Order: sequence, then structure tokens, then C-alpha cells
Amino acid sequence: MTTQALAPGVIPGRLTPAQYAQNFCDAHAPLNLSQAKIEADRCYYCFDAPCQTACPTGIDVPSFIRRIADDNVRGAAHTILEANPLGGMCARVCPTEVLCEQACVRNTHEDKPVEIGLLQRYATDHFFNAPGKPFFTRAPSTGRKVAVVGAGPAGLACAHGLAQKGHDVVLFDALPKLGGLNEYGLATYKTVGDFAQKEVQWLLSIGGIEVRHNTQLGKDVALDTLVKDFDAVFLGMGLAGVNSIGIPEDNTSGIRNAVEFISDLRQAGDLSKIPVGRKVLVIGGGMTAVDAAVQSKKLGAQSVTMVYRRGAQEMGASGHEQAWALENGVHIHHWAAPKSVVSEAGQVTGMQFACMHLVKDSLKETGEHFTLEADLILKAIGQSFIAQPLGATVELQAGRIKTDEAGKTSHAKIWAGGDCRFGGRDLTVEAVEHGKVAALSIHSALSA
Amino acid sequence: MANLKTEFAGIHSPNPFWLASAPPTDKAYNVNRAFEAGWGGVVWKTLGEAGPPIVNVNGPRYGALLTPDRRLMGFNNIELITDRDLELNLTEITDVKRNWPDRAMVVSLMVPCEEKSWKAILPRVEDTGADGIELNFGCPHGMSERGMGAAVGQVPEYIQMVTEWCKQYSKLPVIVKLTPNITDIRNPARAAKKGGADAVSLINTINSIMGVDPYTLTMSPSTGGKGSHGGYCGPAVKPIALNMVAEIARDPQTAGLPISGIGGIGNWRDALDFIALGSGTVQVCTAAMVYGFKIVQEMNDGLSNYMDEMGFTSVSQIVGKAVPTVSDWRFLNLNHISKAVINQDSCIQCGRCHIACEDTSHQAITASKDGKRFFEVKEDECVGCNLCVTVCPVPECITMRDLPPGETDQRTKKPVSASHADWTTHPNNPMRTSTPA
Repeated sequence: MTTQALAPGVIPGRLTPAQYAQNFCDAHAPLNLSQAKIEADRCYYCFDAPCQTACPTGIDVPSFIRRIADDNVRGAAHTILEANPLGGMCARVCPTEVLCEQACVRNTHEDKPVEIGLLQRYATDHFFNAPGKPFFTRAPSTGRKVAVVGAGPAGLACAHGLAQKGHDVVLFDALPKLGGLNEYGLATYKTVGDFAQKEVQWLLSIGGIEVRHNTQLGKDVALDTLVKDFDAVFLGMGLAGVNSIGIPEDNTSGIRNAVEFISDLRQAGDLSKIPVGRKVLVIGGGMTAVDAAVQSKKLGAQSVTMVYRRGAQEMGASGHEQAWALENGVHIHHWAAPKSVVSEAGQVTGMQFACMHLVKDSLKETGEHFTLEADLILKAIGQSFIAQPLGATVELQAGRIKTDEAGKTSHAKIWAGGDCRFGGRDLTVEAVEHGKVAALSIHSALSA
Repeated sequence: MANLKTEFAGIHSPNPFWLASAPPTDKAYNVNRAFEAGWGGVVWKTLGEAGPPIVNVNGPRYGALLTPDRRLMGFNNIELITDRDLELNLTEITDVKRNWPDRAMVVSLMVPCEEKSWKAILPRVEDTGADGIELNFGCPHGMSERGMGAAVGQVPEYIQMVTEWCKQYSKLPVIVKLTPNITDIRNPARAAKKGGADAVSLINTINSIMGVDPYTLTMSPSTGGKGSHGGYCGPAVKPIALNMVAEIARDPQTAGLPISGIGGIGNWRDALDFIALGSGTVQVCTAAMVYGFKIVQEMNDGLSNYMDEMGFTSVSQIVGKAVPTVSDWRFLNLNHISKAVINQDSCIQCGRCHIACEDTSHQAITASKDGKRFFEVKEDECVGCNLCVTVCPVPECITMRDLPPGETDQRTKKPVSASHADWTTHPNNPMRTSTPA
């Protein structure tokens, strides 16, 4: 315990180096050989396996698990990565409890699914630790050029798929590092050991992908130019906008966006340099809110409360994520919405909330209010798509890009995928599938 | 607790569980521990003739077939007979038997196939106070290269000859241990009986190679880069052993000859299988080598509870009970019709029954119904083969239903007949007899 541990205000260095190291180690320890073998033995190798159907990228789960059991871990990794080139990251971040593991027939049998996510991590870790001969090689160059905008899961998957087919890809990203949310948007303990960059390097190693860092669409490069200079364009720039909490903030110090806080943590060389409040409020109920809340706690905040305007059922965070927050000492306050920021001399001291309830399925204030003390408020009520750089080039739907199943937009040369595409669940694994499918669609369009 | 006392070929033991002649019975230290744990008897590790003992390799003696969870399915060894001095063994046998008078002490023997060798050793064994002898005609590795063990057991005439010598030079009950490495187990059993054997025990281990190391491409396990076939035992061999036990039990020429059943017995259920198919006692080795001697307590307790539940008051009431149900194929009732039934309440929808039937059998299980995942038996295709029952991971989820006489078999569209009809009278059988057998 440091002298700073319980000091008020938003300050860094609340913990000892050992505490930081312990708090930010791997959230879920990887399986060792024995655990992997025993777990793999639990798989029934189902016919037309429900887990495979439940995976947005359609990984042949029974095959990869069987290969682990058969001492063919490299083969297991191949099965995973051929369906999902970002299978290593997905093994870490997928909400498996609502995807593959929810579909596992062992749930019906014994209420305990096969640990598919951990087995996927076992196989992919084994591969990335010593990749050996490449799984995927680039086809002879087609001479066709494709611009991929955004190097998050969708863009990376698309670029990798296109490069494999022999197309020349230029990958644009607004930020200095590739990876998108994998690099900037995930809790540190979900992807330790710089895995996001290791995965990016592997994806790029296929060749044929030229990278343009720090190049933002609409600012450093125009969509019209891309459409003119390239044979096809894939848009996978994610959600750059942050939703407002809808009340005045008046430049008060101590109130910031959760996504920036999470990004700071991921990019920090030294976590003791990251300031955190003694009393932290996180506004929102999604995965980002949980990541911000739990990491605040792990940085040494004395109390952390997530405040969400509806009930536990409606939260964007899965049951598993909510349990993870509670397990880490985060309080979750349901049915309350921000009413006003409370501050003294320009510094946040708390927030007033309105109690909420449903009236005929519509969310209304009850008329009651309460105030929670805080020296740091993190806003996590969702991100939004900034469509401005697209102009009128592609058609939107509910503020995001409208596409067909293959990711084709209203413009003949433009495809889109990931969170910026309308109709998804904002999952990493889904973004990968969008990128993968779009690459095939672009390839078939360019080959026609 | 049910009375588990057993009398076998004149040898008494407090329960039917004996330790087989093997590493666990090589010396007094182990056997004392076994008796403390509750084993009903032991067959002392095979003695050779007086003089310099045999030697064992100093590399691996054992290999195993394991599940991914490293549960042992099969076990293999290349250990030879005792590598300790004969005099030391005889002294220890004498002491142990004196200290444990109520337990069965049987001594396994293997000496060259010459009358003088047997004549020399038999009185020495009798002097120990042992209850019986077992002739090791089964050991398939090492000793067989020297004309002993399985090399004797594979020649019925030798079995009869040596058994006769043993009956001539010893008053002790003679148990002949048979090798399974032979085409028809009834021949060596008949030879043992002709030679005057009081009982047979089986099976000894099966010739086996466990595998190859994938990275050195050498046989595994190996001693200095070379391996030799070993004797295979453990759970995987049980069905082979059961068949051989039943063959002897139902052979008119050997019926009634006491059998000590051996081969993959790890629990009371396994023991019950052997007993019901004709074994008066059972012998165990692998289970003890995996779990230690305490395992006999679970075997005794399980058998006892079973007997209490079933109303049996002695093991002898169960011996051979299932033998009349073992038949030649040609006598099976071809008019009997079974169909698989899937209990939808306990089905977990893994689909293994479907794919097994679809790919490898009779296409008699659906995969979907109204566009949804659904597994159901198509009675018009089901031949009652039992494959789905064996691949289903859920206990009792798929069962076989016997169609009562009169019900229409949906596959043949014919009513089930109440009468018996087998191959012996079947019209497709060119060798058929005119009347049912």
C-alpha cells in the first residue's frame, strides 16, 4: 500500500509496482497442456456442431478441439485461423458465453460447456509462439489495387483475405498503431504481452499489404480519391464518435470519455503514470463501461460505481462481463440516469442522478433524485459512426453504412464492415467475418 | 455385508479377489501389504528353477494406452518371471502363508519342459504350506523364446504332459494358466483337463506393441533404441478374456472345470462379468498397479452390495449364471425384432447417433424436423443394430425396444412372429436342416 492509496482527487501511483503487475496480469490464465487435453476430451465432436453454427466466423470447433486432443495443435490453429484470421484475439475477447459456448450441447447435458474459448487460445498461442511454416501464402499478384480504410478487426481481416488472393492492398489507419479496438479499445488484462501487435505483424507477414499510418479518411485522404485511384475500397473505420450523456459538462475537470481512458491504459508503458480518482463513476452499461470500471478499480480507486439507466437484463455487457465487474469490486447501480454534474471550482465532486422506471415500456424519470460523490466520471454510453467523410457517396441506414450480406454498399466500388456497417452486434468476431466475407466479394467482383 | 467366501478347486479365500502372478506379488513386502488391504488371495510371482535367477532389462518394462485424460485403457509389460533367488522366494512364501492362514496362497511356476525340472521344484513349493500351484503357460515375452511360458501353452500336448507331471509329483491343486495367443482357447483347456488339472486360469497377457515414438520413429517403449513385444492387459483386454472364459465354460468337454478369470478387472462389475460367465475366482493385476492395493476394498464392497440387493448369499450362486445365455450365432432368434428409441427429454442434440447411422450404417436417424435440429429413429429403416446406443454420450437416452409378437415391423411391413426361427432352418442357408434345432 502506498501513501497515495486513499488520497482524494485524480492522481497516478495509488499502488505499488507489485500491485499493478498483479492487477493487470492475464485476466483468464491460459490452459496448460493437461488442462487442454482434459478439456478437449470433453468435446463430443457433434454432427453439424451447434458451436460452429453459433460462431460468426464459422470456425470448425469440433475439428480444432479434436486436433488438440490428437497432439496436432498446429493443425488446430490452422482450422481456427483459416476461418478467422484474428482467431487469437477472438479467443481472448469473444463473449463465448453468448456465442459458441452457449450452443455447446454439454450445457444441456451437465450445465457446463466445453471451454471453447480457452481451447482456441491454447491452440493459437501455441502457433503464435512458434509459427513455423506460414499457413497462408499470397497468390500471384493480380495487379488489382484495393484500399482498406481502418486497420481494426474488419480492415485487417479484409486486407489479409485480399492479399491472400493476390491483390495489392493499401491499409489506411488514422492512428499510429494498427489494430483498432484490439490495440486501443480493450482492457489491458484481456490482451497482455502486446498480443494485438504480434497478431497484426503475423497478418501483414503474408505480404502485399502496404500500410499508411496516421492517415485519416476525410482529413488526410478523401474517399473520392480512393475510389478513383483504387479498383475497390473497403471501409472499416469503426465508430470514432462518442455519444454525449446529454447534460451540460461545462469544461469541468474530472470528467472524460471511457474510450480515451481505456486507450491511455493500453498505450501506457507504466501504469503507475495513469491517474485515477478515489471515487469513480462510470456512466453506461456496455463492455466499454465494464472495461473502464474494472480497470479503475485495478488502478487503485477506492470505490467504483457503474450507473446504468435500465436494468441488468438490458445492459450491453453480457452476464459474464457483469459478473466480472462485480467480482472485481465494482458496484452496479441500475435504473438511474445522469441529471447534472456536481462540481467545485471547476473540479467534479459528484453527479446527480434521476431514478428511472418503465412506464408502458417507455423509460421515464420517477421524480426522485440522488447524488453520488466522485472525483472522476467516465462516460461510456456508446460510440457513434462519424459519417461526414463519406459525403453522399454511400447510402446510410440508421446512421451507419448500409450494405448487403457480403458487405457491398450502394456504391459499386465500395464495401464496408465492422462496427460502421449497419445491422451488427458490434463484436470483434463479427467484424472479422465482415472483413473476410467482403474480401471474397471484392475478389469475385475484381475477377469478373 | 454379504458373505464373499470362496472355495475354488479346494482352495479357500475370504473373497474371490486374488492378485494375479505379476509384479505386485513378487515379494513378502508387497504381499503383506496386499493382505492388509483385504485381498482374498495371491498367486505369487512366477518362480523359476533353482540356480542363477533370470535378469530383467534396466529400461522401461511397462507401456500404456491412455485416454487424453491419461486414464489407463491398456497396459503392456516385458518383465520376466521373478528375478530373485528361489530360496528367498520360498522362505518368504512360507512366512507369509503362516502369517495369513485364511488367505489363498498359490504359487506360480515356470521351469523347463522336462520332467526332472518339475519333479525338483514341486516338493519345495509344497513345503512352504502354499494352497496350490499355477502353471505359467502363458507368459508371451522373453521366456517363450526359451521354450517356456506361452511356448508351452500353445502346444496342447505339452500342457497335458506337464500337468500330468504336476499331478504326479504334488498333492497341491493344479491351476493351469492359459495363453490367449492361440486360435481356439478350448484346445489348451481340454488338454489341461485331460492332464488332470484342478482348474484353469485365464487369460495371460496378449502379444502387443504399444506404439512408435513419432519423433525418433523407434518402437515405444524402447530400451536403448530397441523394444520387444510385451504382454497386453488392462481394461482393453476384458472382452477378449470374457469370451475365452465363456468358451471354456460352455464347452461340453470342459464344462464344470473351475476357472479363475483374469483380464482387465478393475471393479466389481468387471468381476461379476467373469463370475457370471463361469469364473469361481478372479485375478487382478493392472488395477492394483494403477491405484494400489486399496482398490480391492471397492471391489469387495461393490460385489457385496450387489449380492445383498439381488438376494445372493454366496458367490457360488452367481458362478456361471450367464453361461447358458452365450450361444453360437446360428441359434440366435432371427424372428426377434428390436428398434432404437431416442428419449427426446434427455437428448442433448449432439447428433452423434445420426452421423454414425447416416455415414456408416442404415440411414435410420433423422437430423432435422420442420427445419430444426431433431434426432429421431426412422423405424422403417432401423435394423436394431445398437450402434446409436453405443455412441450416445447420455446414459439411457437411446434404448432398444423389443417389438412384441404381432406388432408390425415398419421396415419389413410384416408382423413380428412369436415363434423362434434361426439360421439352422433359414431358407437362405444351403446347409439348413428341415426342423428347428
